[in-house]
Amino acid sequence: MRRSEAVALPLLALIAGLAAFGVFLLLLGKSPIDFYGYVYQAGFGSAFSWENTLSRAAPLLLAALCVAIPARLGLVVIGGEGAIVLGGVAAGVTGASFPGLGLGGIALMAVAGALTGALWIGAVGWMRVRRGVNETISSLLMAYIAIALMNHFVESVFRDPASLNKPSTAPLEEAYRLADMPGMAVHWGLGIGLVACIVSYIVMERTTWGFAARIVGGNVRAAQIQGLPTGRLILGFTALAGSFAGLAGMVEVSAVHGSANGSLAAGYGYTGILIAFLARHNALAIIPVAVLLAGFEASSGLVQRRLDLPDATMLVLQGLVFVAILVSETLVGRFRLFKPETWVRA
Amino acid sequence: MTALAPIGVETVGMTMKFGAFVALDNVSIQVRPGTFHALLGENGAGKSTLVKCMMGFYHPTSGQLIVGDREVSIDDPRAAHAHGLGMVYQHFTLVPSLTGAENLVINRPDVPAVIDWADERGALADFMATMPFAVPLDVPVSRLSAGEKQKLELLKQLYLGRKFLILDEPTSVLTPAEADELLGMVRQMTVQAGLTVLMITHKFREVTAYADEVSVLRRGRYVGGGKVAELSHADMAALMIGEKTLSQKAARSGVPGDAVLSLRGVQAVDRSGLKQISLDSLDVRAGEIVGVAGVSGNGQTELMELLAGQRPYQAGAIAVKGHAYDASRTQARAANVRYLPEEPLHNACAPRMSVAQNMAFRDFDEDAQGKPRFWLDTGAMRAKARELVAAYNVKTTSIDSPIAALSGGNVQRAVLARELTGPVDLLVISNPCFGLDFSAVAEIRARIMAARNSGTAVLLISEDLDEILELSDRVLVMSEGRIAFETPIGAADIGEIGQHMAGHA
Repeated sequence: MRRSEAVALPLLALIAGLAAFGVFLLLLGKSPIDFYGYVYQAGFGSAFSWENTLSRAAPLLLAALCVAIPARLGLVVIGGEGAIVLGGVAAGVTGASFPGLGLGGIALMAVAGALTGALWIGAVGWMRVRRGVNETISSLLMAYIAIALMNHFVESVFRDPASLNKPSTAPLEEAYRLADMPGMAVHWGLGIGLVACIVSYIVMERTTWGFAARIVGGNVRAAQIQGLPTGRLILGFTALAGSFAGLAGMVEVSAVHGSANGSLAAGYGYTGILIAFLARHNALAIIPVAVLLAGFEASSGLVQRRLDLPDATMLVLQGLVFVAILVSETLVGRFRLFKPETWVRA
Repeated sequence: MTALAPIGVETVGMTMKFGAFVALDNVSIQVRPGTFHALLGENGAGKSTLVKCMMGFYHPTSGQLIVGDREVSIDDPRAAHAHGLGMVYQHFTLVPSLTGAENLVINRPDVPAVIDWADERGALADFMATMPFAVPLDVPVSRLSAGEKQKLELLKQLYLGRKFLILDEPTSVLTPAEADELLGMVRQMTVQAGLTVLMITHKFREVTAYADEVSVLRRGRYVGGGKVAELSHADMAALMIGEKTLSQKAARSGVPGDAVLSLRGVQAVDRSGLKQISLDSLDVRAGEIVGVAGVSGNGQTELMELLAGQRPYQAGAIAVKGHAYDASRTQARAANVRYLPEEPLHNACAPRMSVAQNMAFRDFDEDAQGKPRFWLDTGAMRAKARELVAAYNVKTTSIDSPIAALSGGNVQRAVLARELTGPVDLLVISNPCFGLDFSAVAEIRARIMAARNSGTAVLLISEDLDEILELSDRVLVMSEGRIAFETPIGAADIGEIGQHMAGHA
């Protein structure tokens, strides 16, 4: 019954958020039915739109893990964007600096991106453990620092002199671009994201480390009195979370942009927050939720053109869904329907 | 100094029931006008309930309140204020970001929509001139020391025109010097300015030094009192603690063995950061229960934290079985050390995790041979939980229910089941029966005694003196962060224990 509550509440919140957005559209004089029709058409209506959606889902899967994993330890880390952009820069610079290694070069870029992300979000965990700094605020502020650093790197230190209109790092050689997965026009980033979600699920739910992390998240005092190394667990899992976000940056550079540049700061880190909360920080549930949200993003262009809506429309939709999710969190355990006592004769 | 006409307050047959629980049973006390009256009693004796009835926070089940010479009915705190009754709480109720002057003015019931600060400042200066002490009124309250804040609380009550003040353990957050200063002033105001004061306390020293009269409550009843000058500390201790019989309900067996836990010269800072915890020597031997008694807030929580590795110490050594002990999981496991912290749901469980998961906290990461595990064995976890739920009679709908859904007694049973399985050499316990019903209490105490009889060294930290006396082989008393007194249970003198608990060395 607790499981069904874990599915039903976010689902209700999603529907409530979409309905509220429908009211918003009506106030603007637009038809919500048309809107959701276009969303379906552009996000999920054809093989092409599915491919577009899944390509966008790849970084979102990884960005959502950067929120969901620390959340299991009771930490609200919302600055995954910082790890994404710096991971992307590290991967771009590494790829451009070590040419001619074939698949080994891609692996090297992935390691560089993941390591950078791990250090960045690991630093958030370190400040939390050693100095008691609030991780929500520090990670958010560090995201701004990261974006500034990225701009600095691509505009000066690592700028490719040939990139005139859009300052970028040196372009990656063709062998360092992530290929499409077999049978579809979706790059391997999706595969990486899916594997990361499955591995994260196994680590959190099936290993003793994950269980120890959940005890820390459940009650840090109980973890301490059991002598669990709470500090090391927080450091390790924030670093793991950051490595996934860094990997998202690498995927974007290698599969989409071909070099690191300002396009890395596309807000995936922030959409990841919404996805992780909708998925209730369950790594497997992230997969369908990320695909859904990716579909919304994929349809953004179409609904703007067809319904003449401003480009912030999708942000409004995401915001409404997020508020609905936060409200639903306060309702956990409030419904008799979901309590085992309602169904079992004690 | 303006001389107020002092008012007295009297309760007549005050009874307060919460469901079937009788918190106050026919309590009549008289606080005569212009006196400093102390209300003495152990934790849970009904002191707070009584003053909350006086202040209108609670509506007594029966009984009358007489203010001055008229019977009054007080429905809410505002009515109490109208009769001149005011209360100073244990913890501060000032707004930290506002200055003293602002705190005083905003608390007035008739504060105007637009405040003329120049005018108010003038009025405040006049008011302060009549007070026997000063507090800086122009700095934010957050910059004041604890003693100054408590003085400001007092000033606030006087500024609001209260003539009868109830002080609820006003010195618990103050250093001894600050406490003396504050109580000295209060005393002076009762003598010179016609203030009447009723102070809740459990410190005998403060009663003898400052109060005129005392009333003692025990288990919701008025058990005695009178003029402080005519009562000795021993008399007050006897009233407060009562005629306790040293019942040895649980059978004891075996003789104590070697020391399992030893503390030597441990120095640490307490929670407030103001006082020092200083434990010269503490040993707990195999097969004995050492009870640590004391009024809450005298370092017992810190002792538990020190032993659990949650509080750093500046000097000294903690050893278990002769080896330095840092309370890590490895060491606790190697030395078979287990903890039962107070409020188990809050300190030993993850409330939203299931009963089965909570019961696995201690050994989920090792297999039957004690080797570290990487994969979680949920099947074994659930099987073990089922076994323990049956063995310890934990009442739960399912082992998959969140542990927060269980009653307090069943949470404690689940935690006991987790901590008492396997070999236990040292058991550190804090207030194990707090807030539990009768049957759960008996069962949990029997389990603790059984552990002792099988050779476990038990350190029992408890605010319930009955529990200490029932279970312990040796009794220690903590006061002001030190072990103030030690006695074997056979030679225990209750009056003496009570005096040391009350801070009279």
